[in-house]
Amino acid sequence: MTDLLNPATDVDDGPVPETSRADWTSDQEVRWCPGCGDYSILTALQLLMPELGVRREKTVFISGIGCAARFPYYMNTYGVHTIHGRAPAVATGLAMARPDLDVWVIGGDGDMLSIGGNHLIHALRRNINLNVLLFNNQIYGLTKGQFSPTSQKGKVTKSSPVGLVARPFNPISVALGAEATFVARTHDMDRHHMQDTFRRAHEHEGAAFVEVLQNCNVFNDGVFASITKKDVREDMLIDLQHGKPILFGSEKQYGVARRPEGVVIVDVAEVGIEYVLVHDETIRNPSTAFSLSRLAKTPATPTPIGVFRAIDRGEFASSVSAQIREVQAQVGQGDLGDLLRSQPTWEV
Amino acid sequence: MTDIAEAPSAPALDEVIIRFAGDSGDGMQLTGDRFTNASAMFGNDLATLPEYPAEIRAPAGTMAGVSAFQVHISDHDITTPGDAADVLVAMNPAALKSDLHTLVPGGTLIVNRDTFEERNLAKAGYDHNPLDDEDLAGYSLIQVPMTSLTKEACAEFGVKPRDADRSKNFFALGLLSWMYSRPIEPTMDWIESKFAGKDLIIAANRAAFNAGHAYGETAELGSQRVIVKAAPLAPGTYTNINGNTALSWGLVAASQLSGLPLYLGSYPITPATDILHELSKHKAFGVTTFQAEDEIAAIGAAIGASYGGSLGVTTTSGPGVALKGEAMGLAISLELPLIVVDIQRGGPSTGLPTKTEAADLLMAMYGRHGESPMPIVAARTPSDCFDMAIEAARIALVHQTPVMFLSDGYLANGSEPWRLPEVDGLPTIEVRYATEFNMVDEDGNGTFWPFLRGEDGNRPIALPGTPELMHRLGGIEKEDGSGNVSYDPDNHEHMVHLRNDRIAAIPVPEAELEEGSEGDADLLVVGWGSTWGAIAGAARRVRVAGGRVDHVHLTHLNPLPANLGDLLRSYQRVLVPELNLGQLVRILRAEYLVDAQPLSKVKGQPFTAGEIQFAITEALDGPAGHKEGVTA
Ligand code: SF4
Repeated sequence: MTDLLNPATDVDDGPVPETSRADWTSDQEVRWCPGCGDYSILTALQLLMPELGVRREKTVFISGIGCAARFPYYMNTYGVHTIHGRAPAVATGLAMARPDLDVWVIGGDGDMLSIGGNHLIHALRRNINLNVLLFNNQIYGLTKGQFSPTSQKGKVTKSSPVGLVARPFNPISVALGAEATFVARTHDMDRHHMQDTFRRAHEHEGAAFVEVLQNCNVFNDGVFASITKKDVREDMLIDLQHGKPILFGSEKQYGVARRPEGVVIVDVAEVGIEYVLVHDETIRNPSTAFSLSRLAKTPATPTPIGVFRAIDRGEFASSVSAQIREVQAQVGQGDLGDLLRSQPTWEV
Repeated sequence: MTDIAEAPSAPALDEVIIRFAGDSGDGMQLTGDRFTNASAMFGNDLATLPEYPAEIRAPAGTMAGVSAFQVHISDHDITTPGDAADVLVAMNPAALKSDLHTLVPGGTLIVNRDTFEERNLAKAGYDHNPLDDEDLAGYSLIQVPMTSLTKEACAEFGVKPRDADRSKNFFALGLLSWMYSRPIEPTMDWIESKFAGKDLIIAANRAAFNAGHAYGETAELGSQRVIVKAAPLAPGTYTNINGNTALSWGLVAASQLSGLPLYLGSYPITPATDILHELSKHKAFGVTTFQAEDEIAAIGAAIGASYGGSLGVTTTSGPGVALKGEAMGLAISLELPLIVVDIQRGGPSTGLPTKTEAADLLMAMYGRHGESPMPIVAARTPSDCFDMAIEAARIALVHQTPVMFLSDGYLANGSEPWRLPEVDGLPTIEVRYATEFNMVDEDGNGTFWPFLRGEDGNRPIALPGTPELMHRLGGIEKEDGSGNVSYDPDNHEHMVHLRNDRIAAIPVPEAELEEGSEGDADLLVVGWGSTWGAIAGAARRVRVAGGRVDHVHLTHLNPLPANLGDLLRSYQRVLVPELNLGQLVRILRAEYLVDAQPLSKVKGQPFTAGEIQFAITEALDGPAGHKEGVTA
């Protein structure tokens, strides 16, 4: 219960002060490789934070291990750089103990889908109020270039010199499989799209999952270039817009249609606009969103970005504290003396 | 009904050890528990030892499925559940076969005769009926057709024979309650409230209990009836408590005393799960319980809650501690308060989930990578778990460090009468937080250094939400003071020493000799954890026989009491009984260069006082020093 906490944590008087990017930037020197996609994600978020109407002291960034996990050091907020894979677990405890905080979880594909995969899916399943940003570069960067759980089959890396044998995870499919209530994808080449997506994630009540396609220019350079480069985007990125037909291409000449076997790309002129799927983020059944997540088999074919799913479902931490408040309303605050006498007692 | 008041003529015994044994499905734990509670209410001192298989339902009637509950009741202060049983209740042939060795020669053996038929005999591996054996002639054998008498008694209430069969443990309880002149009301009240709304079950259990009681009255068992008078306990209000409940209440108390909400992150594991169950009930105290997806998430969430200003706790057993190792290292590096509770069990690997062992001490001391010291406390009796939980919280919160709390399966499930402490007399725990700048930067502006320490080496934490004190923590090596990431060799060496020294400097109480010790005996027995009862009992017996032995029992294992080295060195002989292959003894030898000798037992069971008495006597008779280690 917050009423048992340090009074300093309850300071919430007056309007949230105006801030600028500089206020959200820590004094630490940023140490990613020059040209790394992480820089543009950091910039997008530092520029966005002043617009979100939140206090720096009420904002916490929690990360695991990996290049992406250095993120908290660069934000002038509270932050913890934890251990490999465990950021969603630590963040879960913090968000349960402190519903007044705005908690962000930052990690890479190895951190959150391999060693920490279990924590990610359970955080999403519970629907705890976290903003989870997964920087997907399809490689292990900090350990210098091994395949990751999102690397494509056949990928040649230091630990798969003759080609990767296993199939990758699709982060959006994993999140939808865990029935996350907010699932979105964006990419490091488009600041505005990132900011729109992060803003939506922040506004969402519950666990918000965002996959950020991120270029690791040292160990996996250009892995998303064939879809995210400026000159190919129109044809290769399918921008999902709630309530609108799913169209893409320079002339919006392509669309996505629902077929019994799943969604497929169609030529709008051929099938007619009425056959094009109208995107609805709010459908409770995740199967259409899942089907959309399976549209691109590799980052070389048209790939949906934007919000796949955004539904309301009871938030975990507030439901847990509601149970506590309910019990307290029924029986009052616990009394230690009564607790010690709650089993049969006798006098000597 | 006959009550104890009407049995003044029953001869008095000063103590008795009763063992209920039967199939896992026979309800022996419940029977033992009820007998214990009635005895506690009556005013006996007591100690219990529940023993049950790891399988929820091992094949019925087999040796693997035997579940037993031993209870020692007395009219004086006792410390153990007893070496051997005076009375064994065997509900089926498998129970007889597996537990007969626990009965003293000449002891009373009560069997449920109905179960000694072909099928059950075969399941227990008997090729004949042992009740016809010469072997049992050395015991006082009482054969009672418990199943059929229970069915008969239940029939008039319209209980089907199959359902009535489930009440036969209440028949046994009724019979034993008569034999030992136990009060009836606590059991009757309990049946009423436990099965409220299930009238048929209440009727069946009451009928079975009454039938067992009446059987003692009428079946010429009159000569068997005895009374064990109340023990002269110190005045006060008592309750019968097991270790896991005491520990849970201690954590609730620590939360109240520190003013911090309690947050438990846990994953189900025997024998620690009952703490999760117990704390889940106490939402009225603002307790948050989180059943995590795994052991690592459980400690991770507890660390997150602790960072947010809660009293973060994670509870587990040995295998779980192994999984939490890396996260404990994180809490050590972050210098965050946290309590890690290890209810030890037999290992390695899955080992003996339901049996006790205390072989995690070296893991608690050294089981993390790098130099990662962590304070360790250990409870000595079930009720002591309450006090030590508060002590663990005090160390964690005042010194901003994870603390390991060691209990074990024996303490967790064993129970004893506990004189309730005065709540107002419990010491509060002062927690200090940072609320303002503590440094000035190059430009002359106020700033916050998260690792700037006071004279005591501690750093007041700035909780998230505190304006202006935003800072980053991390598991990467940090510069002392500023907390900035640092790979500097000298800084790392400084930090390794600092982390070590600050834990070593935590004040802990001096080691004090236990009651009955003289201070200059021929032998010092050093114990820790749940061996307290057996050592204290053994030392008493040795002293009665004229031997001179002292006993010191360690509650703080890291750091060790400052006077311990001098104390150890003042004795010619030092014996260290442990439920492991000699872990504390290794630490004592390494720390103090003393010739302490181990006494080991690793059978999944606690020491008996007799085993330790034997080892003490041997040690007293042998030459001083340089003795080989012995095994109980
Ligand atoms: S290794 Fe790759 S992901 Fe890591 S900082 Fe360098 S470019 Fe970025």
